Amino acid sequence: MTGRAAFGTPGGLAFDGVRVRYPRAARCALDGVSVAAPAGRVTAVAGPNGSGKSSLVRALLGRAPLLDGCITVGTAGGAAADARALDPAERARRVAVVPQREEPTFPLRVADYVALGRLPHAGRWGGPSRADRAAVRLALGEAGVADFAERMTDALSGGEWQRVRLARALAQDAPALVLDEPTTFLDVAHEMAVFELAARQAALGRAVLLVSHQLNLVARFADHLVLLHAGRVAAAGPPSAVMDGATLERVYGWPLVVTRDPAVGAPALVPLRRTGAASSRSLR
Amino acid sequence: MPRGYWAAGLALLAVAVVLGVAGGAVSLSPAAVLAALAGRGDAPTLAIVRDLRLPRVALAALVGVALGGSGAALQGVLRNAFAEPYLLGVSGGAAVGAVLAVAAGLTAPAVLPLAAFAGAIGAAALVLAVARAAGGGADVRLLVTAGVVVGAFANAGVMVALANAPADQVRGALWWMMGSVAGAGWRQVAWLAGYAALALGALVLWARDVDALALGEEPAAALGVDVERAARRVFVAASLLAAASVAAAGLVGFVGLVVPHLARAAGARSHRALVPAAALAGASLVVLADLAARTARAPLELPLGAVTALVGVPFFLARLRGARG
Repeated sequence: MTGRAAFGTPGGLAFDGVRVRYPRAARCALDGVSVAAPAGRVTAVAGPNGSGKSSLVRALLGRAPLLDGCITVGTAGGAAADARALDPAERARRVAVVPQREEPTFPLRVADYVALGRLPHAGRWGGPSRADRAAVRLALGEAGVADFAERMTDALSGGEWQRVRLARALAQDAPALVLDEPTTFLDVAHEMAVFELAARQAALGRAVLLVSHQLNLVARFADHLVLLHAGRVAAAGPPSAVMDGATLERVYGWPLVVTRDPAVGAPALVPLRRTGAASSRSLR
Repeated sequence: MPRGYWAAGLALLAVAVVLGVAGGAVSLSPAAVLAALAGRGDAPTLAIVRDLRLPRVALAALVGVALGGSGAALQGVLRNAFAEPYLLGVSGGAAVGAVLAVAAGLTAPAVLPLAAFAGAIGAAALVLAVARAAGGGADVRLLVTAGVVVGAFANAGVMVALANAPADQVRGALWWMMGSVAGAGWRQVAWLAGYAALALGALVLWARDVDALALGEEPAAALGVDVERAARRVFVAASLLAAASVAAAGLVGFVGLVVPHLARAAGARSHRALVPAAALAGASLVVLADLAARTARAPLELPLGAVTALVGVPFFLARLRGARG
């Protein structure tokens, strides 16, 4: 699927032939990458460290130099527009992004933090509208953080904080949702909760783009998987097709096998140990 | 933000103003001060209150307003609880601009803040460039180090500029470098009020952007804030506040560091509340600091900047300890 396929999709998000190169970098971080995230689907971008996953998100936010290509974001009504040409607030009304890292310097009440998601909808003056309050309440419930709405953000566990950040993005009430490495540092239960939440948002009709190195989880939750390698698309398609032993071994540079999880039937990557002479030779 | 904060803050400021007007070389009773403020009393008392004490207290309050608001905005936009105009070298840059203007004969209360503003913007740009080149503007230590270095350079610049000046002018300038609201006049008060209202109004208008910027550059961008533009204009407004206060009263440090913490501790979290709350607390702090400056060793006067530093440095160290733990 190319980026163009999603141009007409209401609320879809599409990267088409995106090329990103940072100042003083020897090579392009992204070199002609196309990813389409249509509404109602979970689309995943995976790949090893340095494959360009996060540059995709930064390019969407206008924080990476785009040499070539186009990033379009749609509205619920169906009109798609170039993310670069849009007013940043209008872009934020169309696509909500949970960036990779965020450590609040000044703690906030969870409810106030989530209410910051209404920023792109707010005027310069005046308090929160009835719609703002409703969206915040809904987001707190959706992310399962309503119980600690009154706590401070510096008194949360890693898993709670991650869900609170998701709640802020949900409060933006945008037709597209982008999560950049949403489960780093989370244990199994919190990891699953985040992926389930993402899948539910897609079922509600949102376009969901997951950027993650958790290949096995992504393979279970994504409808469409794009595998990046050194700034290019190495494979794209349904996870069962992309999860191919030879492709993954080449991309990750490590011996591995792809099995089918006996319990749930999803393809799963199992990295192999390099043992004995082979390991000492390859590490030398 | 609890309503009680505003009531308590205004009450504290009212008490500070009355005490500030009462204290000094000729000590007045609070009752006499209140009577004089209402226009009653003998002529010498009225003259002392109206022409000497009141403009001085008003100028001190406005210096506190400017420094408190500037510190609150700078801390938010730099995501750094140690940011404030003095430690960032912004005030030092403003002092260079002002001293050069005075040396060139431009001493009008309207023009001096503009020269200080030019110096402040130059210093702010330099500090951020130094911190970025050394590895990142979000690092507390780098930013403060860069600020101290640029501030020291600015100090040296002032000393060089003063080398050829006559002795009395040097004395005046040095006094000013240590901060003082002595000899304040209503014209100075009016000009500082104008600049402070302009810049504080802009900061309150842009407060929501500061809320987002305080989360980090990428989260702010994700919330639809034009990060570079928003950060730049907040910086300009915060520098204008610092510059106007330097032009009126010289270098008064640590106010912008202390009062945003007090306001946050009192529950001000969003910058729409925090900036005015810090400005209000700053007014009381500087009025009381000036009262201490002229009464602690009366009839001698201590430099105002020395008093605020005596309060601010222990506070800074305590915060630094807390930040590490």
